Amino acid sequence: MPELTAEVDRLSLTIEIGEIPVRVHTTDPLFLNLLQERYAGFVSSSEHAEIDLEIEIAPPGSGDPDAPVHVSCFGGRWTLQRGDFFAEWEPARRHGWVRQTANPYSIDAVLRIVHTLVLAKQGGFLLHAASAIRDGKAFLFAGVSEAGKTTISRLAPPDVTLLTDEISYVRRQGSSYVAFGTPFTGELAKLGENVSAPIAALYLLAKGAENRIDSIESGEAARSFLANVLFFAKDEQLVQATFHAAFEFISRVPVFRLTFVPDARVWELIG
Amino acid sequence: MNKLYIARSPRVAARSLGGEMMIMSGRDSTLFTLNQTASILWQAADGTTPLEEIVQQKICSEFEVDPAEALQDAETLARELAGHQILQISERPIPEPSAAGEAR
Repeated sequence: MPELTAEVDRLSLTIEIGEIPVRVHTTDPLFLNLLQERYAGFVSSSEHAEIDLEIEIAPPGSGDPDAPVHVSCFGGRWTLQRGDFFAEWEPARRHGWVRQTANPYSIDAVLRIVHTLVLAKQGGFLLHAASAIRDGKAFLFAGVSEAGKTTISRLAPPDVTLLTDEISYVRRQGSSYVAFGTPFTGELAKLGENVSAPIAALYLLAKGAENRIDSIESGEAARSFLANVLFFAKDEQLVQATFHAAFEFISRVPVFRLTFVPDARVWELIG
Repeated sequence: MNKLYIARSPRVAARSLGGEMMIMSGRDSTLFTLNQTASILWQAADGTTPLEEIVQQKICSEFEVDPAEALQDAETLARELAGHQILQISERPIPEPSAAGEAR
């Protein structure tokens, strides 16, 4: 008599961003291949995972990726929700699950949110900023959409290692801050290199008629910095922690206004 | 007129930087930058000192203002800050647990 049930193979992949390994599990080999391609350079062979996420694949066509994100915590369990995914994560168990269609964008959003929550507890954050390494030092270029993050990334000379053209990954290590490469891309659609370096400066981008670096007042630095921090959760404690972390960053990392014309000479000012 | 007491809300985070007092609402992440008078009220809002006393000691001693007018302005400002849930305001002293995410 034939078996009425069969064990389904559970496939796993570890995606390590900012030295935080997240292992995703799926039963769909095509989706696993898609993730391997999407996160090439960030796939880890590490046996250890900080977080395990079970992916449940929903039928195609379900959900709206442009719907607002809702992130909340109740009883130690985070709920992450957008039109195209629903996820839960329990930090104490290091375990969560995601229901989404077989696309890379939903899991990308889930990973970004989970990383912001993990980093917020550690004094780090994701930032709307391009970042790059030159001579062993990392530089961040922050700004809203159209501020020039992709432009300055595209103009980077060959001796510059690009970490991201869109979302920078910042962790606190002792009394300094380190920027890591991310697979979170902007218009450049090019994954950052999976490397890291201590942050030497943060530049607030402005387009202008000349290339120029100006110092700015600490209050303006703090306001601009906070405006560029990615934060999704409606959680008072985490909001307060992120607020104080931002001020710690501002007190330890030099912040400047970088006005630039869109040509490669701007990089003569960086380094 | 009844005495008014003001206390910093425990639901915000606050920092003073470069002479500016910045406060973020924990509820909706809105960022506020307080002006000089609002900063004075925030710093003095211990929940036990009446607003009238704060105005006399911290505002009238620093600025040439009419005490009655200063108190009226301070009350208006305090109510506005309370509307943003930055301050708590009461006709009775406000007990301690309200010691907020204060500037370090």
